[in-house]
Amino acid sequence: MFELLGIPPQALFGQLLLGLINGSFYAMLSLGLAIIFGLLNIINFTHGAQYMLGAFVAWMLLNYLGIGYWWALLLVPIAVGATGIIIERLLISRLYHLDHLYGLLLTFGLALIMQGLLRNEYGISGLPYGIPAELAGGTNLGFMFLPNYRGWVVIASLIVCLGTWFVIEKTRLGAYLRAATENPTLVGAFGINVPLMITLTYGFGVALAGFAGVLAAPIYSVNPNMGADLIIVVFAVVVIGGMGSILGSVLTGFGLGLVEGLTRVFYPEGSAVVIFVIMAIVLMIKPAGLFGRTA
Amino acid sequence: MKLKTILLGSIAAAVFAAPAYAVDIKIGVMNDRSGIYADIAGEGSVVAARMAVEDFDAESKDINVEIVSADHQNKPDVGSTIARQWYDTENVDVIVDVPTSSVALAINDITRESDKVFLNSGAATSDLTGSACSPNTIHWTYDTWQLANGTGRAVVENGGDSWFFVTADYAFGHALERDTSAVVEGAGGTIVGTVRTPFPGTDFSSFLLQAQSSGAKVIGLANAGGDTINSIKQASEFGITQGGQSLAGLLVFINDIHALGLDVAQGLLLTSSFYWDLNDQTREWSARFEEETGKKPSMVQAGVYSSILHYLKAVEAVGDKTSQDVVAKMKELPTDDPLFGKGEIRADGRKIHDSYLFRVKTPEESKGPWDYYETVSTTPAAQAFRPLEDGGCSLVE
Amino acid sequence: MVSVTDTETTSAVAEPRIRQKAMGMPVHHMAIFVMLLAAGIVAPFMLYPVFVMKVLCFALFACAFNLLLGFGGLLSFGHAAYFGSASYVAAHAAKVWGLSPELAILTGTATAAVLGLAFGSLAIRRQGIYFAMVTLAFAQMVFFFALQAPFTGGEDGIQGVPRNPLLGFIDISSHMSLYWLVLGITFGGLLVIYRIIHSPFGQVLKAIRENEPRAISLGYRVNRYKLTVFVISAALAGLAGSTKAFVFQLASLTDVHWSMSGEVVLMTLLGGMGTVFGPIVGAAVIVTMQNYLATFGAWVTIVQGIVFVICVMLFREGIIGVLSKLIKKPL
Repeated sequence: MFELLGIPPQALFGQLLLGLINGSFYAMLSLGLAIIFGLLNIINFTHGAQYMLGAFVAWMLLNYLGIGYWWALLLVPIAVGATGIIIERLLISRLYHLDHLYGLLLTFGLALIMQGLLRNEYGISGLPYGIPAELAGGTNLGFMFLPNYRGWVVIASLIVCLGTWFVIEKTRLGAYLRAATENPTLVGAFGINVPLMITLTYGFGVALAGFAGVLAAPIYSVNPNMGADLIIVVFAVVVIGGMGSILGSVLTGFGLGLVEGLTRVFYPEGSAVVIFVIMAIVLMIKPAGLFGRTA
Repeated sequence: MKLKTILLGSIAAAVFAAPAYAVDIKIGVMNDRSGIYADIAGEGSVVAARMAVEDFDAESKDINVEIVSADHQNKPDVGSTIARQWYDTENVDVIVDVPTSSVALAINDITRESDKVFLNSGAATSDLTGSACSPNTIHWTYDTWQLANGTGRAVVENGGDSWFFVTADYAFGHALERDTSAVVEGAGGTIVGTVRTPFPGTDFSSFLLQAQSSGAKVIGLANAGGDTINSIKQASEFGITQGGQSLAGLLVFINDIHALGLDVAQGLLLTSSFYWDLNDQTREWSARFEEETGKKPSMVQAGVYSSILHYLKAVEAVGDKTSQDVVAKMKELPTDDPLFGKGEIRADGRKIHDSYLFRVKTPEESKGPWDYYETVSTTPAAQAFRPLEDGGCSLVE
Repeated sequence: MVSVTDTETTSAVAEPRIRQKAMGMPVHHMAIFVMLLAAGIVAPFMLYPVFVMKVLCFALFACAFNLLLGFGGLLSFGHAAYFGSASYVAAHAAKVWGLSPELAILTGTATAAVLGLAFGSLAIRRQGIYFAMVTLAFAQMVFFFALQAPFTGGEDGIQGVPRNPLLGFIDISSHMSLYWLVLGITFGGLLVIYRIIHSPFGQVLKAIRENEPRAISLGYRVNRYKLTVFVISAALAGLAGSTKAFVFQLASLTDVHWSMSGEVVLMTLLGGMGTVFGPIVGAAVIVTMQNYLATFGAWVTIVQGIVFVICVMLFREGIIGVLSKLIKKPL
């Protein structure tokens, strides 16, 4: 049996696969951030809280209404997206004429409120949310025991990310969207309701975060802080990728998941900071990010 | 109008304050009421404190007790501001509970400076009775040395002689790992490997796989709070316990098990100083506690009750509340209460009592909510805590 | 004066303005400084001294932050890194190396400055929102470092920092004697910030904030200015952090956590960014609020969030900004 860098190849494959799973979450979240940023020009600090909200709404559906995982996967993004639309209409839309930093500060404040309210209501120990029966157990892949649910996470997030990419890059709707990103006034002049499009885009970006939250609920502890630390890592992912392209942010998300996975094997102590270190390096070499356009 | 109020006030004072008490005690319950320890301490500790005062029947013993409470938010600067204000301006005599080691160590210093009393139940650090020990502090419920020793020794004796550690990469995790390793090796076990995980972490699967492929019989979780919950949840997902390895949680509270559910937590080994279902007395008290709070007590809340009870006994015996005298009396009197049974307080401020190794039941074994533990073994009080001479406490000659 | 007509038209305006200045600052600013100093002297006799010292430390921290945001136009979302790391280094220097307080505080401040130079030189490569995210990410690195490094004591922090005699012979072990030192440091820091804002350097900064391309076209090396103000701001934040280590006699993870970065943004925003005195008011309000809400658990977070939202939506000038508009004088 040969070894690769001192690790048996089976173990290495296993770890890479796990990295890919984490990468799925980075990809979905940074994709949402990129879409919102593209059209609204704000950094949605609430994104982490909305991801957390997704997990909580899934838990509430199950415990108060008896609605299970599969319906939650459909309903939660709609519900979380709807709260996003309300937030955009009531608050964010009033800030477009100002410096983008105000959008950042507003969404930071909103994130604090959401986290605080849920912490008051549900405490911090975390709530249990089981893996759906259809996906319980695991498959022996030869090199590792892969829980079916984790496999599903990768597939689901790939479908969602590629679907989003397809809509934005290949359809008429996506073309309007891209045009509005470039020049909203001109697109408005062609008779397209740009404010509505902005609202729906924000709702969609937020719905993506909610979807990621439902996916995360069965494997991570469902607690009010689950999004707070994650979002900072996702910010770093976004800086590395640059927010210029949809595919770019998806690729960066998955790629950094893999890198982080490898770090966990070779230098576990550094796995929390590896993404930040990469960010520093990218800033030195290519300040606009790997896929970014220089401003 | 003003005169009337004053008159009324003085009449009220005359009527209600008539039995001028021999001793007035103000107890400050300080803990985490909103963060990760809100469930194991929080409001429940205040309830436990009130129950202690009622059960002691302070009124009839000519002692007037008032209880105040505050949230230190797990921030040492917030905790020390509250403590200083309590001591300097609000005449608080004794601070109890205080989970989170950083805050506990800060309050330990302030209490010594102000010459008051600190009865810690919630914090884990064994420094409180070691290098940081103080004549004003008593550490009641548990500490890292006890947890490491209890789990390490008992598990090895029960056949779990090869260990792999999943250690949270910060001082607390390192201390737990170091202490447990020493115990495991001392008892004839071996350490197969260890992995340091970033703290706080959400995804432990990669570390758990490393633990799994090490072939160790026992995977020791040298972490706490959300890290422990996530790692237990993911260990069950990857079928680690079904593969024949056992998980040993080095700092797990009953509320964590409640949050995880038995499906996920079953088979976990853990050490605790208290469980509600130990005997008739603990069951009776816990039932009363549950009536008020809707939850069974954690060992921290039980410790708050027991420590206040003993403190009040000492106050009664001394006849006043002079801090050093009361603490000396507490150390002199043997402890005896319904929750921890008979025990004593050592010169270094360590309260000693039996320590239990529990295994979490399977869903089939459990008869209902909160029926979670079965006892694997009991470490007698004399061996459960760090030997007096090893702590490096300056109070020990 | 270039021409006769110029002097004639401007003298009427310029004359009284010159008369209003005392010691190089407008009279109403002078008056406010004197009032602040008076309040600072009286406060410890009316209020709990440790509490007032906490307000002072945060006031200095917020003013340092405001120098960067309000006058440099750079939103750093990771200022806790400089505040906290200085607090750790000062605490370590005093406790383990046995340095006297003034040297420990200087060491802490210098550490923050060096850290500011390293992170600042990378962060200024991006603008606006990216700048905020980059500083946040760097601060998170510092947090992880503080968590894992052996000398910081992990989640226990550095406890029992000794209040050794100042300069070797001035006793600062009691709250009151320490108070005068803290008041001195804070006030000194404020005057330095005031001086910087009103120096030619400060004017160039404002020009960059208002219109960066224009400043570049005028021949200013914009990045040099940005980096300089970043380092100064980090150093002053470090001064505040080092001082705080002596007030509470501890340094802990709270000081480097991202929520601390958020708090200082909130203080500045609430008080009024780009005003001289706003952050002081903001710090006082937020610290007081935290003190009173301490018993209500998570409500601290919720109320802070609400204040954030209200400030951004309705109250972007902040308390002092609104006041300044009312009296039509810059504050």
